[in-house]
Amino acid sequence: MTASAAASPATSPQGEVLLAVNNIEVIYDHVILVLKGVSLALPRGRIVALLGGNGAGKTTTLKAVSNLLASERGEVTKGSIEFKGERIDRLNPSELVKRGVVQVMEGRHCFQHLTVEENLLTGAFTRSASRGEIKADLERVYAFFPRLKVRRASQSGYTSGGEQQMTAIGRALMARPTTILLDEPSMGLAPQVVEEIFEIVRDLNAREGVSFLLAEQNTMVALRYADYGYILENGRIVMDGDAESLRSNQDVKEFYLGLSSAGRKSFRDAKHYRRRKRWLA
Amino acid sequence: MQFFLEVLIGGLLAGVMYSLVALGFVLIYKASGVFNFAQGAMVFFAALTFVGLQEKFGLPFGVTLALSLAAMVVLGVLTERIVLRPLVNQPQITLFMATIGLTFFIEGLAQLIWGTEVRRLDLGIQDEPIEALMERFNILVSRFDVAAALVAGVLVAVLAVFFNKTRIGRALRAVADDHQAAMAVGIPLKQIWAIVWSVAGFVALVAGLLWGARNGVQFALTFVALKALPVLILGGFESILGAIVGGLIIGASEKLAEVYLGPMIGGGIEGWFAYIMALLFLLVRPEGLFGEKHIDRV
Ligand SMILES: Nc1ncnc2c1ncn2[C@@H]1O[C@H](COP(=O)(O)OP(=O)(O)OP(=O)(O)O)[C@@H](O)[C@H]1O
Ligand SMILES: [Mg+2]
Repeated sequence: MTASAAASPATSPQGEVLLAVNNIEVIYDHVILVLKGVSLALPRGRIVALLGGNGAGKTTTLKAVSNLLASERGEVTKGSIEFKGERIDRLNPSELVKRGVVQVMEGRHCFQHLTVEENLLTGAFTRSASRGEIKADLERVYAFFPRLKVRRASQSGYTSGGEQQMTAIGRALMARPTTILLDEPSMGLAPQVVEEIFEIVRDLNAREGVSFLLAEQNTMVALRYADYGYILENGRIVMDGDAESLRSNQDVKEFYLGLSSAGRKSFRDAKHYRRRKRWLA
Repeated sequence: MQFFLEVLIGGLLAGVMYSLVALGFVLIYKASGVFNFAQGAMVFFAALTFVGLQEKFGLPFGVTLALSLAAMVVLGVLTERIVLRPLVNQPQITLFMATIGLTFFIEGLAQLIWGTEVRRLDLGIQDEPIEALMERFNILVSRFDVAAALVAGVLVAVLAVFFNKTRIGRALRAVADDHQAAMAVGIPLKQIWAIVWSVAGFVALVAGLLWGARNGVQFALTFVALKALPVLILGGFESILGAIVGGLIIGASEKLAEVYLGPMIGGGIEGWFAYIMALLFLLVRPEGLFGEKHIDRV
């Protein structure tokens, strides 16, 4: 049997499930069906990657969890989303942040006219913490991102892409989350900077126990840092498995890692994948 | 020279009052991207509510002020909830039209409650020259204008501290910068908008009292709001500083134009000069003097 056996959908990441997405369907503008039954699980203290190409539905999945779909005229029409065993589909984003789930949006979305430090402070908006606590948390963020401390007084809009990504992650940390939904942190960054960001993600995961649901097009890098991966195509999960097994999977290698001698083709063309798909249908 | 100074100072002080009205527009525009045409009606409503309460109950100044402020907050919150919230995600022009409708509604409501006659509003400050200045420099400067400028100055300082140093103020600026991101970090937009409308209501109240005390509380107050338009075009729609500087420039230049150009062209320049200036300015610098630079780098 090929490696796809290791990535059978029957497996799921090990450990107590913190966040569970159960068979959700998402529709935009009442008519555009984008997610067609997506399920995934994020265990406590893990990094789980959600992989897939442009328009696969990664961002939509994360926004469904963080309840940011409504402002884009999107709606979860089927399925359920649970955090620590409780349904969170009907909560607003602010309540969700209070419970410890924060999204870092694709494209960073820093507050351009606020300074780096002000950006970080907005992250603590939902907390009723004392000045001292907030100050201590700022220092904690600066310890992870020393570069931000240097740029603390600069307007965010004038900092580099990497610094903005750090600001966005740091801002999320200020809410003291247990779970971060991190959308495409590598976007538009130089490989070195991408590495730097991912090292910090790993650090946060190891030292602070923050769990990450990580959406990435950059499969290669994501699978090096994640524990488990889901591959999303056209609004469906087409494969999932341990990061290790996905990395060694022939189809994934050929298509997403671009290691095939035949060059990059559509994932749909990969033989193993086609066979698998027939089983699933 | 003395005469010139006198006109200039008078103009600048009058300009402060324009700035006050413009400030209300800027606040709402910054935080929610809505050009609130009803700001002028809010000024009228505020002034009328204040004199109405004063006439009816004869309560002390402070109490009447607090009650009027409460009324403005209620008006602001209701506006946000009933008119603007259901229209969230609609095109800007729809929101703009909604505020035009709101204008007529607020004007009507104010007159329905308090009647239509012109009322006098007395803040206890006389509109007469300051003697010291008159004796020493032989310049006529109205005591009232100076007091109004001081009030406006304090108001602006308070707003500046509020926006820059407080948690809520920071959240307001964050929302103004990026709605989506603000939601993602857990800032509740609805609450923030309610606060913005309340603050705008407060600013309208201050402007309404000052204008009302000067010209009488009457329907014509709503036209003052139109003067805020050239101020905004000059200063930039998104800048508090712009609203202030724009107001000063408009105030000073229209007075100077009236006095120095008036005799040549014929009187009444004050009525339209500001609009001509704004129009010319639009051609040169459409984003205004202090309009926010759009930061393009990603
Ligand atoms: N607001 C919206 N209204 C309508 N369709 C949308 C909206 N947002 C996304 N879509 C569609 O949903 C599909 C999935 O988009 P999504 O942004 O979730 O993909 P993605 O996997 O994050 O892609 P990328 O890697 O490019 O960010 C796309 O076909 C997109 O066109
Ligand atoms: Mg995306």
